[in-house]
Amino acid sequence: MFATETAHRSVAAALPAPPVTPLATRLTRLCLGAVAVVMLVFFWHEAEMNPAQLVQDAGNMATLGADFLRPDFTDWDVYATAMIETLAIAVWGTLLAVIVGIPFGILCADNVVPRWVAFPVRRLMDACRAINELVFALIFIAAVGLGPFAGVLALFVHTTGVVAKLFSEAVEAIDPAPVEGIRGTGGTWFQEIIYGVLPQVLPLWISYTLYRFESNVRSATVLGIVGGGGIGMVFNETMRGFLYSQGAAILIIVIVTVSCLDIASQNIRKRFI
Amino acid sequence: MAAALELDRVSKTWGAMRAVDNVSLRIEAGERVALIGASGSGKSTLIRIASGLALADPTSGGVRSFGLGVQDKGKLSSEVRRARRQIGLVFQQFALVGRLTVMTNVLVGVLGRISRLRGTLGLFNDDEKRTALAALAEVGIAQHAGKKARELSGGQQQRVAIARALVQGAKLVLADEPIASLDPKSAKRVMDTLVTMSRDHGIALVVSLHQVDYATAYFDRVIAMNAGRVVFDGPASRITSAFLTELYGASAEELILPSQFAVPAAAVLETTSSEPVS
Repeated sequence: MFATETAHRSVAAALPAPPVTPLATRLTRLCLGAVAVVMLVFFWHEAEMNPAQLVQDAGNMATLGADFLRPDFTDWDVYATAMIETLAIAVWGTLLAVIVGIPFGILCADNVVPRWVAFPVRRLMDACRAINELVFALIFIAAVGLGPFAGVLALFVHTTGVVAKLFSEAVEAIDPAPVEGIRGTGGTWFQEIIYGVLPQVLPLWISYTLYRFESNVRSATVLGIVGGGGIGMVFNETMRGFLYSQGAAILIIVIVTVSCLDIASQNIRKRFI
Repeated sequence: MAAALELDRVSKTWGAMRAVDNVSLRIEAGERVALIGASGSGKSTLIRIASGLALADPTSGGVRSFGLGVQDKGKLSSEVRRARRQIGLVFQQFALVGRLTVMTNVLVGVLGRISRLRGTLGLFNDDEKRTALAALAEVGIAQHAGKKARELSGGQQQRVAIARALVQGAKLVLADEPIASLDPKSAKRVMDTLVTMSRDHGIALVVSLHQVDYATAYFDRVIAMNAGRVVFDGPASRITSAFLTELYGASAEELILPSQFAVPAAAVLETTSSEPVS
């Protein structure tokens, strides 16, 4: 017992003293904290935050809430048709993006193409990704007019940038040995991709594609609000007409559809991983 | 006849390290050669350079196989694809595509000699499939042809890689530590398969090995490397335990030495450190 205690004491003596935060560091932290608080107050005013309004306009909120609790499915066939249109936008927007994203994704991966190819292609994909679908929708509405086709094009361009990046990251993470095995037999660059790279990345690619499809269904709903067609467009019109019960019905349809798709695609993804 | 493999003053520098230092070699058609040396002595790099998977320094001479250029002065030769067709490669980690079937992995071997379009689309004809099955039968795993490669054991995967080299019609097989990640029983089976293949088809074989006992038991000619240089090139019978101690230095104790080296051979000093390279 005594021996152990001595041992402990001698170990403690051998250790250096615990570090003490210097005064300067502590002052700096305090200043940074103060700046953060000031910024938050400033942004509160900029955003015109006014919780009181929620109470003042309690009457409006009550109407809205009450109507939302009584969803009106009278025009369900209109909503269903619009929902199908939204799904169509998401399907084609994603499919086109995957078709174009595969070659671009491979051309972004600097373990299969030289730097001078990967670099410019990556910047191009960055540009596609940097601009939100909504902004692209506004551009394409100007080009091809209001409607679902503008939505498809908007999703297509933005999603191409996203999947190309995800696909190329999968390619960069592959095991190089099988690819060298193919190269060693005298295969071409293209055959190295087909036999060495694709089999390795396919499960991830499928998973990423399904995930992007899910989020594109959600995005396609929003695209309708700016005029990109589909259920968003119908929802926008209903809300502007103060038809809250019908708006509630539309939201329920969207929630059910998106949840069903999420569950389905999750199950499919599990099989590939 | 042109040599199966010819290296002319090949060097490879990684930063400040000379992985391969001015190595010249000639390996004849049908010859079986073991490449030994401690880890980091340059064996793997030499094999990668011989197959054109790694580029030698620009100061190097050429690498040729059966008269076709693999690389020259640190640049891949224009004939490299044709040269590679006759070089089969076997790696320590098998280098198969795990998700593809054993059959497809073996069929990859014909890519170099069928039309690019057919190879890219995977349209292999019955003849090629029969060749692949025959090769799998030869290495004793035809019954697994339909399985995914990753479902096989390490030793079986290595034999698939050998079948691929057979289908390829390789006249030279370069094997980089083919048995280093296998259990002793699988290792012996793989070595037997490699040597039988070489003997039956007249294929030249270069195998880098850690196990000196395998090198002396299976090969007539042994090349030893140390710090990127060839320090011994000659018949296995001339390797002495003193030489091995010098070659492997401190790590020599870890070696599984064949029985004839188990007792310290006091006077038998045939340290051919500067054996002329033929």
